Amino acid sequence: MEYQNIFNQVQVQGPAEWGMDNDKGLATERGGTPFFSQVAGAIGNAQLGPIHLGWFGVVSLITGTLWLNIVGFNMLAQVGWSIPEFIRQLFWLALEPPSPEYGLSMPPLDDGGWYIISSFFLLVSVCAWWIRSYLRAEALGMGKHTCWAFAAAIWLFLVLGLFRPILMGSWAEAVPYGIFPHLDWTTAFSIRYGNLYYNPFHALSIVFLYGSVLLFAMHGATILAVTRVGGDRELEQIYDRGTASERAALFWRWTMGFNATMEGIHRWAWWFAVLTPITGGIGILLTGTVVDNWYIWAIEHDFAPAYDAAYGYEAYAGGE
Amino acid sequence: MFNFNGKFEWFPKWMEENPTNMFGPAIYVGVAGSVVFAAALVIAIGNPFQTTSIQTGPRGTGMHVPDFIADLEKGDPTIEEYYTEEAYVPEGEPLMKDIADYENIQVLGDLTEDNFNRLMAAITQWVSPDEGCAYCHGEEGDFASDDLYTKVVSRKMIEMTQNINENWSDHVAPAGVNCYTCHRGENVPSEIWFNISPVNENVSGWSANQNRATRLTQSTSLPADALQTYLVEYGQISVHDLESRVDNEGTASIQDTERTYSLMNYFANSLGANCVFCHNTRAFYDNEQVTPQWERAMAGIGMVLELNNDYLDPLQDTYPETRLGPVHGDAPKAACKTCHKGQTKPMLGTDMITDWPELAVSGEPTYE
Repeated sequence: MEYQNIFNQVQVQGPAEWGMDNDKGLATERGGTPFFSQVAGAIGNAQLGPIHLGWFGVVSLITGTLWLNIVGFNMLAQVGWSIPEFIRQLFWLALEPPSPEYGLSMPPLDDGGWYIISSFFLLVSVCAWWIRSYLRAEALGMGKHTCWAFAAAIWLFLVLGLFRPILMGSWAEAVPYGIFPHLDWTTAFSIRYGNLYYNPFHALSIVFLYGSVLLFAMHGATILAVTRVGGDRELEQIYDRGTASERAALFWRWTMGFNATMEGIHRWAWWFAVLTPITGGIGILLTGTVVDNWYIWAIEHDFAPAYDAAYGYEAYAGGE
Repeated sequence: MFNFNGKFEWFPKWMEENPTNMFGPAIYVGVAGSVVFAAALVIAIGNPFQTTSIQTGPRGTGMHVPDFIADLEKGDPTIEEYYTEEAYVPEGEPLMKDIADYENIQVLGDLTEDNFNRLMAAITQWVSPDEGCAYCHGEEGDFASDDLYTKVVSRKMIEMTQNINENWSDHVAPAGVNCYTCHRGENVPSEIWFNISPVNENVSGWSANQNRATRLTQSTSLPADALQTYLVEYGQISVHDLESRVDNEGTASIQDTERTYSLMNYFANSLGANCVFCHNTRAFYDNEQVTPQWERAMAGIGMVLELNNDYLDPLQDTYPETRLGPVHGDAPKAACKTCHKGQTKPMLGTDMITDWPELAVSGEPTYE
C-alpha cells in the first residue's frame, strides 16, 4: 500500500546536500542556510535551500515586487485608501489598461499610465527570470528544455500584453491586472470577435491543454503503478530497461496497441505542454488583426454546422 | 488501561494477544457506510435540489433555461396581494371633465365618477396602501391641489402607463401594465436605478467606471455605466463586425464589448433567465438564430429608452432631494428589473389591463 499514497511515505534527513562546486562556479552567489521541512518532504524534497539568486534573480524579484505593489496601491487608491474596502473588493478591483482614445501614446497616470509603468516592470521581471533559468541550466550542464518551455508561456504573455496591442494600435487592448476583471476581458474578447471557439488555433490550444492533462495523468499513473518494481527510477529505466519499463510498456500496448517509450513519453509531454501557449498565442495574435469574426470565418470555411430547427420555447414540448 | 476493579482485564489482554489493525478497515467501512447512508437518504426523501428546464432552441445547441423547482414553487406574495376591480361600463353618466365639483383633472377627464373613484382607490392600494389618499392629496383634503410632488409624479406616471399600453404592445401585450406592475404596494418601486458611474476614486476614463461590486452591476466587476449608456443615452449595443476579415472601419472596442456584456448580464438577472432564453450563444448577434423573445426584448430596449428620456428624467426638478440619486442627483430611472423583478414575465403574466381600460389608452377609454 505504501507506494499507492499521494504523499511521499519515506523522508530521509541527513546532513544538508550542498550540491556541486565545479569549475563553472556553481557554489558562488548561493545564499541561505539549508533547513528541512516535513511538510515540504511530503510532496517533494524535505530540504529547503540554499538558493542561487544571482543578479538576474535580484532584478527579477525587485521589478516583480514593484509591479505587484503598483497594482496593489492603485487598487487601494480606487477604494479611497480604505483597507477594509480593499479587502472586501479585492477580487473585483483591477489596474486597468488605458482608455482607447490614447492609442499607443503615454496616457495620464490615473487613466492607464500606471498600467504602462507596471507592465514595463513586469516585462523586465519575467525576462530576467527567464535569463536566470537559462543560466542556471547552463551552469549545471543541462539542456535548455525548461527555458524554452517557459519561453513558450512568455510568448503568449507577450502576445496578450505587447505584440497584439501594438498591432491593434492601442494599449487599451491589453489585459487588466485583476482577478474578476481579467475574466471579464476574456469573455468580452471571445464575444467581440464572434466567438473564439471557432478560432482553429484556439481549438488547437484546447487540444494540447486537455491533451497535456491526459498525458500527465497517464504518465503519472503508469510510473506510480510500476514503482513497486523500481519504475520511479526513470533515468535508470531509460538507460537500462528493466521489468518496470517492460510492464508499463506492455500495459499500454495491450490496452491500446501502442506504447510510448520510457524516454519518448517525456517528449510527448513537453511538446503538448509547449504547444498549448504557442498555438494559443497564434490564435490571439490573429484575432482583431487579421480575423474580426471567427464565427463568420468558420461559416465561410464550412467549419461551423447549421442548426435549422425552430427557436423559442413555444416550439418545444414542455414549453408553456 | 481499563481498570474497573479487574472486571474487564480480559479485554486489553485479548487485544494484546490478537493484534489487529482496526483503523485501516474502520476508515473504509466508515466512508463506504457514509456513502450508502447519504444515497439512501437521497432516495428516501428525494433530491432536495431538483431542477426543471425549458428548451429554447435546436438540439445540440445547449439552449435551455434551467430553474430550481423549489424556487418556482415558492410563489410571489406581491402577486397574491394584487388588488383589481372590474370597470363600470358607463351608461351615459357625466364625465369628470364635465362635473363642476372637480377641478384640475388633466389626464383622467374622460372617466365617469364611479370609474375615477375606482381607479383612485386602486392606485392607493397599489402605491400607498399605508399612507392612503393623503400620500398624494395631503391631509388638508384639497384634492385639486398640485402642491405635493407625489401628485405631479403620479400624473406623469399615469401618462407613462397609458403610453406603454398604447404604443409598446410589442413588448407588453397581452398582459399589459398598470401601476402595480412596478410598485407592488410600495411608494417607490423596487429595482429603480441611478447613474452611479464613476464608481472608483482617484482614477478617470475606462478605469473609473467598473471593477466594483454594485447592485447596478449585479455584483459583477463589469462596467457600471451600461444602463446609463444604453438605456438613457442611446448607445450602440451591438459590437460585432459582420465581415470575417478585418477592415477596421468603425468596429467596437473591447471596452464597448464589456459594457454590452454588462447590459446583457443585467437582462439575464432581471428576467431570471440566461443568454439562451433569447440567443443562440454560438453567434450572439445573428438574428437568424434568436428566439421570438429576442424581438420582444428589442422592443423593451426601445421602450425603456423612451420611458427614461420622456417621462422619468424630466421629473428631476419635481422630486425632493431625498428621492434623487446619491452621486449625480439624477431622477430615479427604470429598466428591465423594475417591472420584471427576476421573472421572465412580470407578475408571471397576470392580466393587468383588462380591468383598467383607463390606463390602456391616452384618450377616451373604451369599455366593453
